[in-house]
Amino acid sequence: MGHVLTQAQKALRETGGDRAGGVLGGVDPRARILGACAFALVTVLCDWLPVLLAALALASMLLILSRLPLRPTLRRMAAMDGFILFLLVLLPFTAPGDPAFAIWALTATWQGLEQAAQIAVTANAVVLALLVLVGTMEPVTLGHALSRLRTPERLVHLLMFTIRYIEVLRAEYLRLRQAMRARGFRPANSLHSYRSLGYLVGMMLVRAVERSERVLGAMKCRGFSGRIPLLETLRYGPRDAAFAGGLALMLAGLSATEIAHAAF
Amino acid sequence: MPLFELDHIHFAYPGHAPILRGAGLTLEAGQRLAITGANGAGKSTLLRIMVGLLVPDRGTVAAFGQVRRAEADFHEVRRRAGLVFQDPDDQLFCPTVTEDIAFGPLNLGKSRDEALAIAEDVLTRLDLTHLRERVTYKLSGGEKRLVTLATVLAMEPEVLLLDEPTNALDEDNAARLVEILTALPQAMVLVSHDTRFRAQIAPDSLRLNEGRLCPETG
Repeated sequence: MGHVLTQAQKALRETGGDRAGGVLGGVDPRARILGACAFALVTVLCDWLPVLLAALALASMLLILSRLPLRPTLRRMAAMDGFILFLLVLLPFTAPGDPAFAIWALTATWQGLEQAAQIAVTANAVVLALLVLVGTMEPVTLGHALSRLRTPERLVHLLMFTIRYIEVLRAEYLRLRQAMRARGFRPANSLHSYRSLGYLVGMMLVRAVERSERVLGAMKCRGFSGRIPLLETLRYGPRDAAFAGGLALMLAGLSATEIAHAAF
Repeated sequence: MPLFELDHIHFAYPGHAPILRGAGLTLEAGQRLAITGANGAGKSTLLRIMVGLLVPDRGTVAAFGQVRRAEADFHEVRRRAGLVFQDPDDQLFCPTVTEDIAFGPLNLGKSRDEALAIAEDVLTRLDLTHLRERVTYKLSGGEKRLVTLATVLAMEPEVLLLDEPTNALDEDNAARLVEILTALPQAMVLVSHDTRFRAQIAPDSLRLNEGRLCPETG
């Protein structure tokens, strides 16, 4: 989804929405991550369509509460649909069941349509909740919160180093591309183009490896011994309790409806 | 007792011709030594050898009164001699400025609060308190350079090893750096192409030529 996350908008919050992030802005990042996970878990486990639609409505409500700009956020959500579009189109024609309609020789089934709808609604609800609750954080805050949630340290380090060096790599890429353009390079469908772009990628890899060695050297110089201490202090407050309680109530409602529907 | 004593250092990067061929230098307490030499003469290599990031093929490195050979010998050297890298992006890897400065003290076993106090103190001394909460990759080139110096000073080193510190600095920031460096009490080894800067910081000068260090002439 790289093309959707352009240079100017790293965190969704920077798309020009309310800086404070609405009502959800003040909620502890850890609570938001846990909330998004709980939401995803409940939504994925449910499969009665009205419940899923309610989950999507809940995610939309969070979107409104977060005061994010609607259009860019929904566009990001739609970017995810691109990945499952193929599946959604094929499913009605491949799932066995009662025929609904036919295109040429292919017959779509009601069961297939229902499954496709379930998947589409589930995926969108989960992605929307994730965008609203987690996508609004500064990437650095996300790293700190994950670390506090006892995510394995290696993974947190990977995330932190990615955050730190992705800009450096990008700047390096742009410098090399400019240097190529300055000497009249224009990408075309030719062997020369592919070879040159190959050199570009290779050069970036080599430089990245060399840089990583220098960074490790610098870390050793300051006594690095395998742990990177993080300093951010996070504290749960009444607002987080309200958020957790509210969300738990909603999710419990969704689960109860689903179970009641399955039982009768 | 000299702080550093390098004797007959030989070094070659794998697959390349030897870059250092019998280089030696002595750094006395309080001395400020500049090293000059052509591009690729091995100046940065020499600094790396001094803190044990590279291991010489031959020759001895003695630091703070002891000969240092194994990686473990150099842990103490790295604490007492702070290397400021040529490219600040290599050195600043923590998300925020305060975290980056506190990284060294925390590794030295300081508590969270002590580390934060040290970070605050160093930032105050360098007049950089406004950068405290900034994200390191969003700093300007000059700010990055000054912050790398802060990260090293937070370890309270006895020697500063500076690798091209004026690289990519504008005149204001370079003047700022001169002001800070001249006020510091530490002994220094300075690698720089900038003649005026060298004259201001470290009048003693050695030239690295054909893998050896000799006193600068003229």
